[in-house]
Amino acid sequence: MLLTSAIITGLGLGAMYGLLALGFHITYVVSNTVNFSQGSSMMLGAVLGYTFAVTLGWPMPFAVILALALCGVFGLAVERFLVRPFADRGSNAWLMATIAGGIVLDNVVLFTFGKEPRSFPSPLATDAINVMGVGAYPLQLIIPVVGIVAAAIFSFVLRNTKYGKAMLAVVQNAEAARLMGIDTRFVIAGAFALSTMLAGVAGLLIAPLFNVSAGMGLVFGIKAFAAAILGGITSAWGVVIAGLLYDLVEALTTAFLGSTYTQIVAFSMIIAALFFMPNGLLGSAGIKKV
Amino acid sequence: MTKKTPFTLTRRHVLATATAAALAAMTGIAPAHAADTIKIGLIASLSGPSAKSGEAITRGLTVAIDEINAAGGLLGKQVELLRRDDENNPGKGLVAARELVQREKVAVLFGGLQTPVSLAIVPFMNQSKAVFMGPWAAGTPITQNGAKENYIFRVSAFDSMVGVALVDRAVAVHGAKKPGMMLINNPWGESNEKSLLAALKVKGMENAGIEKIEQSDIDVVPQLTRLKSNGADAIFMVANVGPSAQVMKSLERMNWNVPVVSHWGPAGGRFSELGGPRAKDVEMIQTFTFSGNPSPKAAEMMAKLKKHFPEIKGEADVTPAVGIANAYDGMHLAALAIKNAGSIDGPAVRKGFYDIKSYDGLIKTYEMPFSPEKHDALGPEDLVFTQFIDGKIIPVK
Repeated sequence: MLLTSAIITGLGLGAMYGLLALGFHITYVVSNTVNFSQGSSMMLGAVLGYTFAVTLGWPMPFAVILALALCGVFGLAVERFLVRPFADRGSNAWLMATIAGGIVLDNVVLFTFGKEPRSFPSPLATDAINVMGVGAYPLQLIIPVVGIVAAAIFSFVLRNTKYGKAMLAVVQNAEAARLMGIDTRFVIAGAFALSTMLAGVAGLLIAPLFNVSAGMGLVFGIKAFAAAILGGITSAWGVVIAGLLYDLVEALTTAFLGSTYTQIVAFSMIIAALFFMPNGLLGSAGIKKV
Repeated sequence: MTKKTPFTLTRRHVLATATAAALAAMTGIAPAHAADTIKIGLIASLSGPSAKSGEAITRGLTVAIDEINAAGGLLGKQVELLRRDDENNPGKGLVAARELVQREKVAVLFGGLQTPVSLAIVPFMNQSKAVFMGPWAAGTPITQNGAKENYIFRVSAFDSMVGVALVDRAVAVHGAKKPGMMLINNPWGESNEKSLLAALKVKGMENAGIEKIEQSDIDVVPQLTRLKSNGADAIFMVANVGPSAQVMKSLERMNWNVPVVSHWGPAGGRFSELGGPRAKDVEMIQTFTFSGNPSPKAAEMMAKLKKHFPEIKGEADVTPAVGIANAYDGMHLAALAIKNAGSIDGPAVRKGFYDIKSYDGLIKTYEMPFSPEKHDALGPEDLVFTQFIDGKIIPVK
């Protein structure tokens, strides 16, 4: 029972970290930049979903689609105003700009949505079902499926569609891609929109299990970045697997050693993994031409 | 044309990012007030998940200060409340304490709900010889801090007394023989671990395990499963609203109907909504409730609250009533201390607290509430067990 419940917990939350980490991966491979407001994007998905579905009472599918579309718009804004102006000048100031953007968003939500966390009701997190003698909400079983499917779709799109191939071309050599007629700005902006939408999906999935509040994304964003680094930020499968592995280790440590040791073991694992595999689990070393 | 240099994430970037985030999260400080008033400071959570606690303390202080001002103020001056948001962050609480004590010269500084924030402020207050009044945070070492000259007073429950009350309840009402603990992983949780272990030791009882919860924990089934497999027959819960709600949701999912006897953490917010169907099963301690309270003072206070704060329509709108009542009584006791001192000089006000003979307060009538050996005005007899039902905190029948 200890093992089963730890695995259900670990896979459910790990897949959520995987989705967020996938967002870090997508922008990194395309533009060498990372959106550090990824945690806030996740919060935005949950808050918008709550506002549309619960506060305004709109139908859930419509609420979800609209919330994700607006997350995508946020991603476009992040790229246009917080990343591009700095990256174009060869500056790394986008690092601070994206963090600041996340803090601004958190505070805007704090003043509009309110200070108090709210509960996001979902039929998928109301009645527990029995999985090998352990109670689990259907949503907990759905999250890992969504995470793995998202990684699979991303891999497929990358290799089999025009946009995906354009992305790969931009990854390899942005200047050459531009000379070949690929709209690199469109590809990079699209990558940011996609990354914030993935964060929105993570937020909508986790909200019924947790709660919805302006500050909910901070810790998840940090842990997801740890997962992205652990997995090797250049590999889509790597970051998703690292997300799953990270939370699985947390849950198993809690179950078998006790919660006092959870953080010590989980973060020691990251340090050890990076010591032995400096490029992460599945990542590859960047080639620097001089 | 400028050539873009490829960016590679390095440890330095990650460190710089973390530092920048910490700096960016710091908010500005409001300008000083110039009016010739007696200033009372408050550092509490005015935003974030515990915002309701800061609101409750503010309400209690506001009503008390208005009464004091209506009766002519203190030392011939009107009393003014200056509030700062600690954002649940000890570092920010300490910065705000420095500002309020050194720049604003507050006569008494009130704290908030969070023990870690109060613990960060306590050494500074004792060093500055400035009086601190705790109206909520229950960490035992806040008042029992070992300072030679202790400037920290409290009108609230404190953990060593709560530990005894929780163990007594679990044994007397639920027949517990081997209870387990779910404690928030911070100094408040640690303080309660000590007090619960001490209370269990007195009764010669063993425990089924001590599990920790993080503020951001979504699923605490692994911790609860450990307690269950160790034979826990009751759970002592010490955590704020968010993590307490996750404990109750996880219990619901496990379908484990174990009695949960709790510190008052869940009282600070929308616990009924966040904790799911099992939220009502939590039995938590309070020092005061409006519901089921026959005291005329309670009815009078409710009327004043409704008058001052039009958004208060009934008992459900004043759910963390302990914050209101503790702050209200704490403010009146502080006013008596300042009157006794005849000045706002820290050492004199401290002595002023010891000189309080009697005060007919909202929670009880205080007789010699403070002495150099006793900085907590409330005792075990002032605790009441309650349930959170439909947004109201109601005494357990």
